[in-house]
Amino acid sequence: MNAIETQSLSKDYAVGFWKRQLRPAVKSLNLTVNLGETFGFLGPNGAGKTTTLKMLMGIIFPSAGSATILGKDCLDPAVKQKIGFLPEQPYFYDYLSAPELLEYYAQLSGVAPAGRKDRIAELLARVGLADVGNKQLRKFSKGMLQRVGIAQAIIHDPEVIFLDEPMSGLDPLGRYEIRELIQSLKDAGKTIFFSTHILSDAEALCDRVAVIHKGELRGVGVVNDLRSATAEKSEVIWQGAEALAAVAKYAADSHVTGDTVRATVSTQELDLVLERLRQQRARLVSVTPLHGTLEEYFLAKTAEEAVRA
Amino acid sequence: MISRLSAIALNTFREAVRDRVLYNLIVFALLLVAGAPLLGQISIDIERLVLVNVGLSAISLFGVVIAIFIGIGLVSKEIEKKTLYTILARPVRRWEFIVGKSSGLLMTLAANTALMTAGFYAALLIDQRHLGRADAGLLIAVYFSALQFLMMTAITLLFSTFSTSIFSAVFAFSLFVIGTFSEDLRNFAALAHGITKWFSTGAAYIVPNFASLNVIAQVGHEQPIGGRLIFFNTLYAVLYSAAVTAGAVLIFERRNLK
Repeated sequence: MNAIETQSLSKDYAVGFWKRQLRPAVKSLNLTVNLGETFGFLGPNGAGKTTTLKMLMGIIFPSAGSATILGKDCLDPAVKQKIGFLPEQPYFYDYLSAPELLEYYAQLSGVAPAGRKDRIAELLARVGLADVGNKQLRKFSKGMLQRVGIAQAIIHDPEVIFLDEPMSGLDPLGRYEIRELIQSLKDAGKTIFFSTHILSDAEALCDRVAVIHKGELRGVGVVNDLRSATAEKSEVIWQGAEALAAVAKYAADSHVTGDTVRATVSTQELDLVLERLRQQRARLVSVTPLHGTLEEYFLAKTAEEAVRA
Repeated sequence: MISRLSAIALNTFREAVRDRVLYNLIVFALLLVAGAPLLGQISIDIERLVLVNVGLSAISLFGVVIAIFIGIGLVSKEIEKKTLYTILARPVRRWEFIVGKSSGLLMTLAANTALMTAGFYAALLIDQRHLGRADAGLLIAVYFSALQFLMMTAITLLFSTFSTSIFSAVFAFSLFVIGTFSEDLRNFAALAHGITKWFSTGAAYIVPNFASLNVIAQVGHEQPIGGRLIFFNTLYAVLYSAAVTAGAVLIFERRNLK
């Protein structure tokens, strides 16, 4: 059983004065998230990330396609008992205190009254809000609200947690704290699906990521594989400085230290370079593919349309 | 289900209770009720009648104002502020949310009506030095006002499910005014001919009949209110509110919450 699965999930918004024009926000999305996985949903602003999350949460209805969570339709109330959700830039009832808010959400999520208070106290301590007392949420900073948001998302100990831009708008310390919280949920074996446009966070936390742009899925895979996919260069180290002349035109960047040469060559020309070095009787020390960053992959995927055009 | 409904209702009640604007309205209404004896003193021989008319009208009018003021934001504010997102991501059905919010507003109105009625009877006691059997009959007018609040809550909630707060307020208040003069609409329908008769008859049955819920003049003159009227008014208000709330649920069940 997959944690999350979407099949041709699509959403069109009616636009214009007479609402007769359809603007696609998500186009036939097919996605699978495994149990226990931390899955990053990447895309620039307006890519369709939040629309997808809203469909999964039953806040909006798909124009076509379907989605299942833990093997059941995503609108099934039994499923909602097992999921937690933190919306983008969450706004909570600001006349409530943090314990009151969590009590309310615990009631709605069916958390048994016995032990509810202990659970709330434990969660507030876990998100670093143990000493907020009965201060109303309207007096909370953005970082504090985000932490309350995480607490409400996990008050009922869900199996799958959806986080929409959890680090958005936070200062470096706030981002670090939220990242640590997500890491602790990951360590506890929870399935985490989070959308973000902050790639370093996805790189640090995710097992797999998907890139969505203009409503279309542009790529999905294991973070390391995706980074390697952008690695179009390799570093070659050999002994025999005199061989450099034979491959100089393929080496974009080369450094000679004594008799050892370190050069960067295009992966496409790697075989040719190695053959020339063999002919020159140079002694090969190492060949290392240079890993790209997730950012390079992301930029490559989001720029594909421009290239096609 | 019951725990979810009661949680939503209690939270709605708590929101209203912590809203300063509500207190402004209540204080203003209580001042009006408390000031009624002064009006009575300048009305020779009809002190009680003036006090009853002003007091009961204040309870009715301010209840309606509070029902509209809070009701218009019940759903639309939750959508605008996106607080609804974290509710619907939980095992809460959309109809439960609507019914819970409606119950919360009714609890608020019940508390407000009880408070204002207590203030009204206190003013009556100060003015008359005692409370008689006829004064107990005034509670029927308060009860009919409460039925009016029940209907107004359903109406404002209906508008709140598909419109912004401002438009909801305009629609709800317009319907309240039309409903207050619903007897005139029925009389017009009886006199009209052709398509105008069909149209006005249909409109007369659709708009809420608030005229039959206004017995302030009768109780002020100590005229008895029959049990039959109480029964049918109750039945009418409950059925009308249930139908309008069902409409609100139908709209909300299908709504995409952008």
